[in-house]
Amino acid sequence: MYKIVKKRVLNQQMTLLRIDAPHIAKKALPGQFIIIRIDELGERVPFTIAAYDGEQGTIDIIYQTVGYSTKLLDTLNQGDYILDVVGPLGKASELEGYKNAVVVGGGTGCAIALPQAKALKELGANVTMVAGFRNKDIIILEDEMKDASNQLVIMTDDGSNGNKGFVTGALKDILDNDKTVDFVIAIGPLPMMKAVCDLTKEYGIKTIVSMNSIMIDGTGMCGGCRVTVGGEIKFACVDGPDFDGHLVDFDEAIKRGRMYVDQERAANEHTCRLTGDKHNG
Amino acid sequence: MANMRNVKVDMPQQTPDIRNKNFDEVALGYTLEDAKEEASRCLNCKNKPCVSGCPVNVRIPEFIEAINNDNLKKAYEIIKSTNSLPAVCGRVCPQEKQCESKCVRGIKGEPVAIGRLERFVADYAMKHFESEKLDVKSNGKKVAVVGSGPSGLTCAGDLAKLGYDVTVFEAFHVAGGVLMYGIPEFRLPKAIVQKEIDEMKKLGVKIETNMVIGKVLSVDELLENGYDAVFIGSGAGLPNFMKIPGEALLGVYSSNEFLTRVNLMKAYKPEYDTPINKMRDVAVVGGGNVAMDAARCAKRLGAENVYIVYRRSEDEMPARAEEIHHAKEEGIEFLMLNNPVAINGDENGRVSSVTCVKMELGEPDASGRRSPKAIEGSEYELTVDTVIIAIGGSPNPLIRSTTKGLRSNKRGCLVVDEDTLKTSRDGVYAGGDAVTGAATVILAMGAGKTAAKSIDEYLNKQDVR
Repeated sequence: MYKIVKKRVLNQQMTLLRIDAPHIAKKALPGQFIIIRIDELGERVPFTIAAYDGEQGTIDIIYQTVGYSTKLLDTLNQGDYILDVVGPLGKASELEGYKNAVVVGGGTGCAIALPQAKALKELGANVTMVAGFRNKDIIILEDEMKDASNQLVIMTDDGSNGNKGFVTGALKDILDNDKTVDFVIAIGPLPMMKAVCDLTKEYGIKTIVSMNSIMIDGTGMCGGCRVTVGGEIKFACVDGPDFDGHLVDFDEAIKRGRMYVDQERAANEHTCRLTGDKHNG
Repeated sequence: MANMRNVKVDMPQQTPDIRNKNFDEVALGYTLEDAKEEASRCLNCKNKPCVSGCPVNVRIPEFIEAINNDNLKKAYEIIKSTNSLPAVCGRVCPQEKQCESKCVRGIKGEPVAIGRLERFVADYAMKHFESEKLDVKSNGKKVAVVGSGPSGLTCAGDLAKLGYDVTVFEAFHVAGGVLMYGIPEFRLPKAIVQKEIDEMKKLGVKIETNMVIGKVLSVDELLENGYDAVFIGSGAGLPNFMKIPGEALLGVYSSNEFLTRVNLMKAYKPEYDTPINKMRDVAVVGGGNVAMDAARCAKRLGAENVYIVYRRSEDEMPARAEEIHHAKEEGIEFLMLNNPVAINGDENGRVSSVTCVKMELGEPDASGRRSPKAIEGSEYELTVDTVIIAIGGSPNPLIRSTTKGLRSNKRGCLVVDEDTLKTSRDGVYAGGDAVTGAATVILAMGAGKTAAKSIDEYLNKQDVR
């Protein structure tokens, strides 16, 4: 059992959970993830580690209440327990040797990209963070992003923060004005990562993306998280989750991400008479 | 005088048409009368050929004699003295290739049903006998076991009996490895596996779940943190794919993923959240026990047509004879000498069919089996919505990639000394699928046993120094 030591509502849909997991916190590195199982009837769900504190023995995850399991997770509060937490899983991001990096995040991806931005800055790179949100009311962790970067650009789809446009537009401006950018990380929804990679390919700048695929065990056993990278099958859990974005088959990944859309919808619409609103029954 | 009846006493089972719609156990086990009748067929041969056929050397004629003498407690103790998981082995061992293949009664007629008798004794013991607390003196030494599958559990159990302080590290949220996530409920009820694991805990074995060794702790850290030796039984946890077009389509599963969703994550029970695709026509590629398990699970989940697609003929199939027989009874269709060459999808990226090619058998290959060759121009399309790839697995890379000086071969299998199962690192031993690639439960158990003996010898030698 793993205790939730802090629950912080970031906006209407996004929430941060700080979980007591000392052995994971001690080992976690930027880019790695955990898998949780909320209770006995729950799925195993992967979450990127958004922050970790080896001394306090805690790890943070950020979730958006969109799916069945995140809604279930949202019923838990500070002081409650998560049944199973396993990690840190996946390879850590390779961040050494860059001088001028742009970290692009979309939605919760911004928060998830924080450890990489921090690490790049600590390694001596100039870090520009480009964060995208639908509108200004849902902007999260602005102070943390400022701290983790040298420059922060926040874009909103509707322009409500005075900066209208997508992250790709902001990124293009940066790349056009600064020819020394040598590294881009994109973390967020698949279509966003695809758009970023299409853009950086034109500029020939190395781009890493983080693939949050459907998986069960997170150790290479199920193979459910397979991604085609450079024509080869790779497992996001052990070969990734970071991959060279210019080699990832995004169209296939987008289709695979929709694997259980129908079941998910059914689970969300169904209210079980046995368990109240929890689980299918 | 032995009972000279030439055939085994039948074991009652659920009728095929009923059982292929539920996940309850197929074979129902002997009654005491059945067991005594079958036990009386044993000749109690002087040279005990059956024992040599058992990877963990169960003293077979002795336990059968104890059944004949109405001493089931003794029968159980005899089995348990060399086999820590008898209820499991009685159900999943390929007895026809092991103990029963050596039985003298098999020369004229059927061999003694050793597997069924072992199962009977183990089940009887679980129901009727309180487990006795073994009085083991701690020797003060600690051993870490990586993986709680058959090899790890066996190694842990044997070491605990010798007085070691043993901790088993398991990556999943429950212990048992393939016995829990792989082999289905209808063939090996999970309550039985859990009871065997609980017995282990009574011996003092500690089990830590959610611990991925190689990630949260390395083998070196285990050795630095006070463990005197490490046994690696991490299994063949990396599924092989066929490397044919279409394997990323929706509806293509590795057998590991499919079986884990069904068995461990209980996708067949509506109250569990685990999703699984609705399926009507299913192709299972492969001819081993895992392929049979996957096919029979698919049928139970409501699939109308389930095909085993296997590139060799039935003679070459590695599955247990009983599983093949049960699968056929349950309506699984066997497409022998057929090999998939491509998986085809619809506009949404979902599986719509498999292109197969017919095969013929040529000369024997490295495995001693006749090698299959494609017949030119024999391609055809099989309409399916789900494809399950059950062609084996490779050892998981997490440990070998994080342990310096641990040698592995080009297939990723850990290299060990054949006799002692010692790896290239002092104090580190390995066995089971992590060494052999995907094999059987009982071979993994045999390896766990050998490793326990070697670890004990190694640590005793350290004392002398």
